[in-house]
Amino acid sequence: MSEPLATLASMREALDAGAASSVDLVEGCLARARAAQDALHAFAGLREEGARAEAAAADARRASGARRSPLDGLPVAIKDNMVQTGEPTTCASRILEGFVSPYAATVVERLERAGAIPIGRTNMDEFAMGSSTEHSVYGAARNPWDRARTPGGSSGGSAAAVAAGLVPGALGSDTGGSIRQPASLSGVVGLKPTYGRVSRWGLVAFASSLDQIGVMAHTAADCAWLLEAIAGHDPRDSTSLPEPVPRYGETLDGDVSGLVLGLPREYFVEEGVDPEVLSTVRAAVSELERAGAKLREVSLPHTRYAVATYYLIATAEASSNLARYDGVRYGHRAAGVRDLTEMYHRTRSEGFGAEVKRRIVLGTYVLSAGYYDAYYRKAQQVRTLLRRDFEEAFRGCDAIATPTTPETAFRIGSKTADPLTMYLSDVYTVSANLAGIPGISVPCGFAQGLPVGLQLLGRVLDEATLLRIADAFQARTDHHARRPAEAP
Amino acid sequence: MPRITRAEVERVAVLARLSVSDEEADRLAVELDELLEYVETLRQVDTRDVEPTSHVIPLATPMREDRAVPGIDPELALANAPERQGTAFVVPKVIDGEDGG
Repeated sequence: MSEPLATLASMREALDAGAASSVDLVEGCLARARAAQDALHAFAGLREEGARAEAAAADARRASGARRSPLDGLPVAIKDNMVQTGEPTTCASRILEGFVSPYAATVVERLERAGAIPIGRTNMDEFAMGSSTEHSVYGAARNPWDRARTPGGSSGGSAAAVAAGLVPGALGSDTGGSIRQPASLSGVVGLKPTYGRVSRWGLVAFASSLDQIGVMAHTAADCAWLLEAIAGHDPRDSTSLPEPVPRYGETLDGDVSGLVLGLPREYFVEEGVDPEVLSTVRAAVSELERAGAKLREVSLPHTRYAVATYYLIATAEASSNLARYDGVRYGHRAAGVRDLTEMYHRTRSEGFGAEVKRRIVLGTYVLSAGYYDAYYRKAQQVRTLLRRDFEEAFRGCDAIATPTTPETAFRIGSKTADPLTMYLSDVYTVSANLAGIPGISVPCGFAQGLPVGLQLLGRVLDEATLLRIADAFQARTDHHARRPAEAP
Repeated sequence: MPRITRAEVERVAVLARLSVSDEEADRLAVELDELLEYVETLRQVDTRDVEPTSHVIPLATPMREDRAVPGIDPELALANAPERQGTAFVVPKVIDGEDGG
């Protein structure tokens, strides 16, 4: 078996041992990212000069014994919906063409304060609306395990970049599964924290009551470092939570004995799921049982309503958030217009892609006069019931285990013609966003050569338990160490 | 019986400040109809006396001290303007009656 891909931990060891400099690591990532770009479309843009200068500065800090954090000098990638000072942010949309950010997102500031080095912006579905990274002005991102297939989405560029070894860790955002689903399809770990655990200042808003920034890497241990660096209260995001940030890395002791894992019966039905995915996830759960976890069946009775609830709430909020793209202050503006109304219409029609327009129209419809109670308010009420399902289930277990996705990576183009089919690929992930709870996807095996993800859902602010279970699972398995076909 | 007509799509598109071609409106009508039919399943759920969730984590309105802090530099704020004049964003004229709101 070939050498596993570099992780943040192995890169740090190389730095500590003097076997590599930060400049070496960053140059290596940039070279691999450039070489793989035509094949994978993982990046929206590389940040070559800035990254090189920061790597040199990190090497100087290390030489003088002034290392900022365990992440100092390590390369990372940032999804193209989080702003970086002086860099473009486009959300893979034509409407943000040419936009250069005058400020940095809190997560970017915090990574930089820790010494991590953003090497580029990763590809995504336009405005994070999609499950395949096909709806992008940069072209469809491709799965390193099979280029004919999607890496998932909307954080598909981050997932593909980590899976192919272009960069050891990346930030993504997750509104309905956009970190966990691509992590599952691409064979990496992806963590969506509790709503409010990570500041969203500087994240381009999609659906404000659901959006959350999270992390992607090869291992739970790497995710723990990244989360520790970006989490915590931020006065600039009034929804960020004031609770102190645990030292996530220190809780990873490989011990899951006595932990109770809930298996929701609604997620382990044969209907609508690839049988090989289901059997792979069941085998992973058995592995955790052998490691000492106790299994208990639980019930989440409103699960079948989650996708409908999600699409009503997400589109309604998106239609409101995306009203700001009007061609006045930044981004694309239609040429040759006669008046303001025409400028709005033409700018938005030229700037937004088909999926974004579809969701704006649906969201505007469900919020429009006469429909609000029947759709939006109804969905908010069902959301309450979905939350209560989890509260009830967590009375009897410490974490919930499910498949992350109903199938492995699907072929590019196979779902774009039918929006509803695409939306149903989020069936296992949307509930965590609706309930605000944390979720992680960890590689748990392969079905016909394609990665399968185990999803673990936790109580509010209990990311530590999810990371601990994922880490213990990885200590007993080597799925995460397998190299995909397209790793350079 | 489709509940969404092309005229309905066009009405909503105007609210959202989007122009849609006849072809786009026809396609959107079919797609929205399918999506709305799917979300109809929520009608099966008894939500009498259920409070709606607008925010998942109960939060008190956070307060901060009313203290002046530097804002964004006007030059930076204007740097992305498609068209500017001095410290203002330039937009096409607003014709009376068309966009009075």
